[in-house]
Amino acid sequence: MSRSLLDLTAAQLGAAVREGRTPASELLTASLDRLAETHAGADGLNAIVHRVGTDDAAVQPLAMGPLAGVPVAIKDNFATRTLPTTCGSKILEGWVSPYEATAVRKLREAGAVVIGKANMDEFAMGSSTEHSAFGPSRNPHDRRRAPGGSSGGSAAAVAAGIAPIALGSETGGSVRQPAAFCGIVGVKPTYGRVSRYGLVAFASSLDCVAPFGRTVDDAALATEIISGHDPLDATSAAHAVPAMRVGPGPLAGLVVGVPKEYFPDSLMPEVRATCDRALEALRAQGATIREVSLPHTPYAIPVYYIIAPAEASANLARFDGVRYGMRLEADGVQAMYGATRAAGFGAEVTRRILLGTYVLSAGYYDAYYRKAQEVRALIARDFTDVFASGVHVLFTPTTPTPAFALGAISDPYEMYLSDIYTVTANLAGIPGISLPIGRVNGLPVGGQLLAPAFDEPTMFRAAYALEEALGAEAHR
Amino acid sequence: MRVTPDDVRHVATLARLSIPEGELAPYVEQLNAILGHMEALQQVPSSGAAAAADAARPGMALRADVVGAVPLTRLPTEFAPAMREGFFLVPRLATHEDAGEGA
Repeated sequence: MSRSLLDLTAAQLGAAVREGRTPASELLTASLDRLAETHAGADGLNAIVHRVGTDDAAVQPLAMGPLAGVPVAIKDNFATRTLPTTCGSKILEGWVSPYEATAVRKLREAGAVVIGKANMDEFAMGSSTEHSAFGPSRNPHDRRRAPGGSSGGSAAAVAAGIAPIALGSETGGSVRQPAAFCGIVGVKPTYGRVSRYGLVAFASSLDCVAPFGRTVDDAALATEIISGHDPLDATSAAHAVPAMRVGPGPLAGLVVGVPKEYFPDSLMPEVRATCDRALEALRAQGATIREVSLPHTPYAIPVYYIIAPAEASANLARFDGVRYGMRLEADGVQAMYGATRAAGFGAEVTRRILLGTYVLSAGYYDAYYRKAQEVRALIARDFTDVFASGVHVLFTPTTPTPAFALGAISDPYEMYLSDIYTVTANLAGIPGISLPIGRVNGLPVGGQLLAPAFDEPTMFRAAYALEEALGAEAHR
Repeated sequence: MRVTPDDVRHVATLARLSIPEGELAPYVEQLNAILGHMEALQQVPSSGAAAAADAARPGMALRADVVGAVPLTRLPTEFAPAMREGFFLVPRLATHEDAGEGA
């Protein structure tokens, strides 16, 4: 099957299947052929870790909707009823969910066909997809480099043309950061916009279901389909879902804030220059550019790496050898718990469970956890104040650098710093999008747009215009 | 505040993780390094900020304080072998005095 079919957008592919011009089976075959081709050899992408066969009943489209027959990849932490759900962890090896995540169900009801589960950092804890029981995924632009994480498998699958759309999840930037590294579009919706039902919990006050697309339009289409209230998720918001496929248009009247804390003197000069060109493109479309300040930004990483591990230490308590997955026999039930969890979790997950348990333990709760919650509120207030001052969206780099080499970062805190521009949106609960804005040394660079809570349409308006204005330059 | 090997042993017990003695040292070192970066938060005046921000946070989904049915993907009657007055009927345990009479 030709690559050109897979180069079409999800919207175009869905239309082709709906109108009878292309059989859904042809898209499935093309996707699985592309998967096999990109996963061969020692430097294969390792993006998809559980895949369907062409004869599986589940690969038939459920409906002739907007995604009729469109192949999609699903991060390995979404519950799916036929493929395993293992969260990139030994502790869930072979586990198949008895129910399906709401976001996956909505994609399938729109006609999408799940072709496989995508690799990820174990339990979504990581920024490189190197912390997976299945081994690291590779960046399609340079296979010696990381695709980012934790949704690196989903990002690599979309960038490599295996699927035009994929589902990832965000807790601190796990979709926007790999989208930037892989030269595609990643959307973090407002907290509560998309049901988390069936997404294996990492840090419940931060977790979001978040889609990838190769274009802004495909990412908007996927976001629109999976959004909406769900009684199965108590944190799902009752807000009506607005149209998100707003299309490109002039930006007259739009005020774009540029937070100075995201452009420190230490920012890589080539990344700064790429951002400057993107801002110039926004200005040329009619937007007003205004420098703003989000003064508590420097505290975002410490706040995040207290709150997220604290919540993770509670959420991951359920993986104990009794209710899910593997069990190691030992002398007594406590020893069985300890042995199973020690053998089932990798080093990064163990480190974060220890950290989270420590900051919640007696004597340290006030100094760490309570303090972090207070500063989190100040970070959220920074955004509220800026948006109240007449700024409609914010523009920043998505990451401080392009994709780093596999194995290049061994210090845990240094790895955490790659999320420095993305964690703030998760802490504040606001929507964000990363889209390609250029290349540095041949590697993609992502630009980030952030908007007020539940104002995804304005965020997409700016993203469509920026994508169109940059055109091929974004991928050069 | 410095994390000690005893601290790591203690939180590992709380977290139900059996960490061999020989593997403790790297965790002690890494937790100290990570928590060292967290000290920056102590410089931020923040008292009462959380409560004020919670009240103003947009879009936070709150349920009414009423008892209702727990939402499930399938109704209990679809997967329970038998029910009576909203409860599942299960076989009596063998240790009960009237075991053998059945539910």
